[in-house]
Amino acid sequence: MADPTTQTPLELFGTEALIDAEDRAIRDSVRAMLATQVRPHLAEWFDSGQVPARELSLELGRLGLLGMHLEGYGCAGTSATAYGLACLELEAADSGIRSLVSVQGSLAMFAIHRWGSEEHKRQWLPRMATGEAIGCFGLTEPDFGSNPAGMRTYAARVGSRDGADWVLSGTKMWITNGSIADVAVVWAATDDGIRGFLVPTDTPGFSAPAIKGKLSLRASVTSELVLDEVRLPASAMLPLARGLSGPLSCLNEARFGIIFGALGAARDCLEVTLDYVAHRQIFDKPLSAYQLTQAKLADMTLELGKGMLLALHLGRLKDAGTLRPEQVSLGKLNNVRESLAIARECRTLLGANGITVDYPVLRHANNLESVLTYEGTSEVHQLVIGQALTGQPAFR
Amino acid sequence: MNIVVCVKYVPDTQAERTFNASDNTTDRVNVDGLLSELDEYAVEEALKIVEAGEGVVTVVTVGPAQASDALKKALQMGADKAVHVIDDAIHGSDALATSLVLAKAIEKVGMPDLVLTGMSSTDGIMGVVPTMLAERLGLPAVTFASDLTVGADSVTARRDGDAASQTIEAALPALVSVTDQINEPRYPSFKGIMAAKKKPVETWGLADLGLSADEVGLDAAWTKVTAFEARPPRQQGTIVKDEGDGGGKLASFLAERKFI
Ligand SMILES: Cc1cc2nc3c(=O)[nH]c(=O)nc-3n(C[C@H](O)[C@H](O)[C@H](O)COP(=O)(O)OP(=O)(O)OC[C@H]3O[C@@H](n4cnc5c(N)ncnc54)[C@H](O)[C@@H]3O)c2cc1C
Repeated sequence: MADPTTQTPLELFGTEALIDAEDRAIRDSVRAMLATQVRPHLAEWFDSGQVPARELSLELGRLGLLGMHLEGYGCAGTSATAYGLACLELEAADSGIRSLVSVQGSLAMFAIHRWGSEEHKRQWLPRMATGEAIGCFGLTEPDFGSNPAGMRTYAARVGSRDGADWVLSGTKMWITNGSIADVAVVWAATDDGIRGFLVPTDTPGFSAPAIKGKLSLRASVTSELVLDEVRLPASAMLPLARGLSGPLSCLNEARFGIIFGALGAARDCLEVTLDYVAHRQIFDKPLSAYQLTQAKLADMTLELGKGMLLALHLGRLKDAGTLRPEQVSLGKLNNVRESLAIARECRTLLGANGITVDYPVLRHANNLESVLTYEGTSEVHQLVIGQALTGQPAFR
Repeated sequence: MNIVVCVKYVPDTQAERTFNASDNTTDRVNVDGLLSELDEYAVEEALKIVEAGEGVVTVVTVGPAQASDALKKALQMGADKAVHVIDDAIHGSDALATSLVLAKAIEKVGMPDLVLTGMSSTDGIMGVVPTMLAERLGLPAVTFASDLTVGADSVTARRDGDAASQTIEAALPALVSVTDQINEPRYPSFKGIMAAKKKPVETWGLADLGLSADEVGLDAAWTKVTAFEARPPRQQGTIVKDEGDGGGKLASFLAERKFI
């Protein structure tokens, strides 16, 4: 007979006690908003590959999710841990929704906040915080993903005088929010190294066709950016970013969110699975009563809880201002890899039901394939950790 | 328009709720508590009224130390300030005493134009405090409002009954209790959550309100819980195996219990 007093995986770990009251309140608001505005539609958005991103952005902005951990310019200025916990809830809904928020806040808004001029910040950040304006972040190119330094997109100066215009040409690939963006943060090679540019998407020569046929992140817009001699004023350049450290600083922010986010997908899979195995009768008893099932559940719970402890620890380091990029790699590598493993294992327990959009497990697993690849592939993070341990850079 | 909203900290309806064995009062300490859901509608309505014009929303609660969580939630939603009446002597108070303490607290805040409450608490579920409070404050009581319009010196409320809806008008100042049909309470925005930390919360004891311990609490209560016992666990439902006669078995099951 089943004991009615069961615990959830994270209750078992007692992680709630590690989260302070304000961060919990923020997390609860995100959860409440998603329950009414997002969760009821997810299966349909994923199935159709269509997500009403504009309306959704306004809803996310109203709550304060967009650029939430930035200070000023209409942003809420929360702790980094609160940002992580918000990502966790968002990704428990769908990685695509979390991607929308990550790209807007940690890539596009962060780039402007950290590297932009005062004018850039005033022009874009308040409207991006409310969700009225959407941003995207163009670094990856068709032939340059893990090694962005090789990028071919080039920004040429039209004259030699100070204040001369720029002309950008090239192609960016796999750009989240590309087709719906009002402003694109585009990284381009110049005679002076890699620089960042703010490209209003209505500038002549700019187009952003959506990428079709995705089997992952279907509830997210992914696009190609085509820059065909896009002419921009001198003021379009982000003045403070020079070299690859500019875009890498932004990626570091987004990766931090993913450390928490991926666990959200895993938690959702595990919760759904625990409920499923309790009710699925096989050979006259519930699937949850079999030892093989319990071994799977125990192992998955361990990885979820360990990942959560790691995420909260890294969150504390970030709030203290001491988090290093190679530590972000530890979290991203572990938590995405383990969350994907959990999603796949959960799928086995749901049997055939697990392959449909009626249950979230394969949707999460498919989404996590993208999460494993973007923001630094697992292999790239292994190389970062390897270099930290050995002092040997093995990237090339 | 100055509005006072009375809010209650109640045990989470999802949690395992119990009584204190020593005095048969509701256990509010060893259980997760929160702002009574039914009071969220009153807070939301107050915020909407003030946002459409101007004014100050003050939330008032009477309760133990943990009740500050209910105030915090209301401040996060957007209320401007809060009053927490806390005193060991209040423990075990009935609705009469609660309405007395609330009335004194509201007088001390300064008589508002409008007092809003939920239609009842989710723990006691009596729904009598609003009328008692209106009586003590000498205000017209408009209860169970499912729609509310506030004018310069009056309020108009719709009260939905089983057979008909009444439209009621009352002069301001007034007390209005609202139902869960009146609006959709907001969840606190991040800015609201961050701002709540800096909002003023006053803490008053009985002495601050000019009340003495013998006017409130379990000993002064007109009603007492004399005994309680846990509800027996729910029996397993009957499963009817269909061996060609399933329909008949179902029908006789229903007929036995006089459902058909
Ligand atoms: C849904 C989605 C959304 C995205 N959104 C954005 C966005 O908004 N903006 C943006 O700029 N980019 C975005 N990306 C692109 C993403 O960042 C890249 O896909 C990622 O950097 C990997 O690049 P690649 O696909 O070219 O793979 P490659 O770099 O070609 O890698 C292929 C394989 O080679 C491995 N590999 C690479 N280098 C090494 C090495 N040195 N040693 C060993 N193995 C190596 C990789 O780990 C991988 O397994 C998105 C991608 C996806 C799928």
